Amino acid sequence: MQELVTRAKELLADGTVVRVLGWKRGDLSYNPEPAYFNSQEELEQFVYDGFCGANLSKYMIEGSKKEGKTLVFLKPCDTYSFNQLIKEHRVDRDKAYIIGVGCRGKLDVEKIKAQGIKGIQNISGAGIEEDTDTLNIRTIYGDKTCTYGSAMLERCHVCKGKEHMIFDEEIGESKDTKDADRFAEIEKIEAMSPEEKFAFFQKELSKCIRCNACRNVCPACSCRKCVFDSNQFDSAQKANVDSFEEKMFHIIRAFHVAGRCTDCGECSRVCPQGIPLHLFNRKFIKDINELYGEYQAGADTESKGPLTSFTFEDAEPGIVVERR
Amino acid sequence: MYKIAKENLSALFQTIAETKELYLPVKISGQVNFAAWDEEAEVSLETLKTVKSPKDAFFPQSETLYTCKKEGKKITIDPEALKEKEFVVFGMKACDVKGLEVLDKVFLSDPVDTYYAARREHGIIVAMACHEPEESCFCKVFGVDCAEPAADVSVWMVEGTLYWKAGTEKGEALTKSVESLLSPVEEEKKDGLAAGISELEKLELEKQKIRGIVEQLPYTQLSLEGWGKEENLDEKFNSPKWEELYHPCLACGTCTFVCPTCQCYDIKDYDTGHGIKRYRCWDSCMYSDFTMMAHGNNRTSQMQRFRQRFMHKLMYFPVNNDGMFSCVGCGRCVEKCPASLNIVKVIKAMGGDQ
Amino acid sequence: MSIEKTNEFRPKIVAFCCNWCSYAGADLAGSSRLGYPADVKIIRVPCSCRVNPMFILRAFEKGADGVILCGCHPGDCHYTTGNYYARRRMTLLFSMLDYLGVENGRTRVEWVSAAEGVKFSTTMNEFVEKIHSLGKNVRLEDLRCRN
Repeated sequence: MQELVTRAKELLADGTVVRVLGWKRGDLSYNPEPAYFNSQEELEQFVYDGFCGANLSKYMIEGSKKEGKTLVFLKPCDTYSFNQLIKEHRVDRDKAYIIGVGCRGKLDVEKIKAQGIKGIQNISGAGIEEDTDTLNIRTIYGDKTCTYGSAMLERCHVCKGKEHMIFDEEIGESKDTKDADRFAEIEKIEAMSPEEKFAFFQKELSKCIRCNACRNVCPACSCRKCVFDSNQFDSAQKANVDSFEEKMFHIIRAFHVAGRCTDCGECSRVCPQGIPLHLFNRKFIKDINELYGEYQAGADTESKGPLTSFTFEDAEPGIVVERR
Repeated sequence: MYKIAKENLSALFQTIAETKELYLPVKISGQVNFAAWDEEAEVSLETLKTVKSPKDAFFPQSETLYTCKKEGKKITIDPEALKEKEFVVFGMKACDVKGLEVLDKVFLSDPVDTYYAARREHGIIVAMACHEPEESCFCKVFGVDCAEPAADVSVWMVEGTLYWKAGTEKGEALTKSVESLLSPVEEEKKDGLAAGISELEKLELEKQKIRGIVEQLPYTQLSLEGWGKEENLDEKFNSPKWEELYHPCLACGTCTFVCPTCQCYDIKDYDTGHGIKRYRCWDSCMYSDFTMMAHGNNRTSQMQRFRQRFMHKLMYFPVNNDGMFSCVGCGRCVEKCPASLNIVKVIKAMGGDQ
Repeated sequence: MSIEKTNEFRPKIVAFCCNWCSYAGADLAGSSRLGYPADVKIIRVPCSCRVNPMFILRAFEKGADGVILCGCHPGDCHYTTGNYYARRRMTLLFSMLDYLGVENGRTRVEWVSAAEGVKFSTTMNEFVEKIHSLGKNVRLEDLRCRN
């Protein structure tokens, strides 16, 4: 981590960049926040550890509008989002100096708490350089341990790999943490009966509080004015009504990013109610892969997205029924 | 003072639910929130903090106010019925109860909100002491004692026994209705514990233990110096710190929707195709259309919206309500903010040099 | 002749028809005196590609029991390529609805040209029959819209 700080200070000092976009140490051991650093002194607060899950790509939409170049730290999976944003002309490549940082999987404090660990005072073993598989957690109620893997975000279990898709320089080693099939959950749901599927999603979505965190954190959701914020549109309102509104919101949210979603997993990470929102996005990704050929959004900055292109031989919509 | 064994709680819930609606922390799809009780409900009283606060029971996230129907040339307007049935909210925490005091200031002062008032009148609160407070809690800062929740009925869970103490007339009446399931605590009797102490002494020990833990919590020593005083209002409002603090904010409504004291709402019309349902729903000061008026919006940047939230909780509200802060230190926003921003970070950053 | 009120289920069907082909096809069906059930309400759109997934969800929300989208045959789009995009979008949307547990067959896409009055009529008859067999849409309905 110190290497990142040193390098950031150098780049600030030689005028390559005028600010740094990174993570700032929190007031608990697990809550660092995304932050801009404008000076070497401010960088003393910089942190990069297992809890720095936030994808900084989206902040670069604002960052691109600022004067001068911004140094941004991107994890391998974040670089897909950044590429996609370049493709959509939402960020300015020339305004960014990208340091690709290493990653050995990001942690979710909710997963630690779900193991019955509470009253957390300190967590050690989450550092990026620490080569340990165990988190040692000091709590008010005694010392606890859990494995690094058991506290990892869902998205890290289906990691897209160690490669940075775009960078100016790379610092640090990454670890491929993939130990699950990305589409296993989707297939499980697809195999259910319509009644079971409906019951499953009804239960999950009934938790939705319409806080819009999934939308606001999403690097692909970059519309200046979202249709769900429009006061011209009467069903796009703030009410959380179990029967329909939430389904509408989540279908449309996922549909609007279909073909552009890089599967960065931020939506599921931020949901305060733990709704597995990636199940929507990944369903679209799976369908696109099966029907229109393998496609990974954000793997490059030029290719045409699957919903902005077509072939004459595309399957008819009736295939949904036929292939069952 | 009464007691009931933990195993008999489902019988207790059953009995309450026979005559009243019962809301309590229920686990649905992995998350615990207050929900109506039924026999299949996975009740989780051990959960310290439900995701959403129980304010829903008194001030629902969305509720219809009235319905307009058009038949030919005739338009009818039917106001929604006020709550008439008694209901019990079981397992609220001391901070949640304090949150209701804040809501009361808003909704029960003139003009009284009749929907809220009806729910307050028919709601019976059974508040539970926090057995194991966590690091995100800072209720003590706002003068809440989580070891001694004051409500219609106060309960404590100690080693598999729930102790039950009615605090108000409503609470006495509820106690009467379930008396057959409760057994009285005999004050002097030593219950054969190794230490040879009475049950009341055991309860006192539990309270002391809770208070001891609260002292160790990282936020307990948080200072509110400078907040809530009118003379500091301009200084806080104009502080350059806001500009630095708001950056990570995603402008989502998580903090407002999990908060037990946030009371802002929006009123909207829903077109049903054959009429209109006018409803109100929680609004969030983090949203771009918050307090939108015909001329536009008076807060045009996220910094201003962010500032509004904290200035309201820590300045405007106490200045207008005899020093009562509209934060109760439940720590839900601390746990749930997607960008790890929260009111504690704001209090610390803004308090340090002022 | 009198109209009797019965409790028999009459499905509500929304048909989005492209202005250039399918709407003209519906016209032809009419002028050729080919019948199709009055349960079908046609909404004319400039191109099948104009249909946003939200239109379809909104139709269901407000009480539709089935939604059908009709456009020009692939290759015949008045705007050259619109229906190709629509085809991909609808495929993904229908697949998502299936994934969420909405009964198969409540949604359909059919390509109907201006000369296919007969096809329009038979498609609508078939679709209404299908929806009739599926019954009322309850899974995508907004309960507030009920009477």
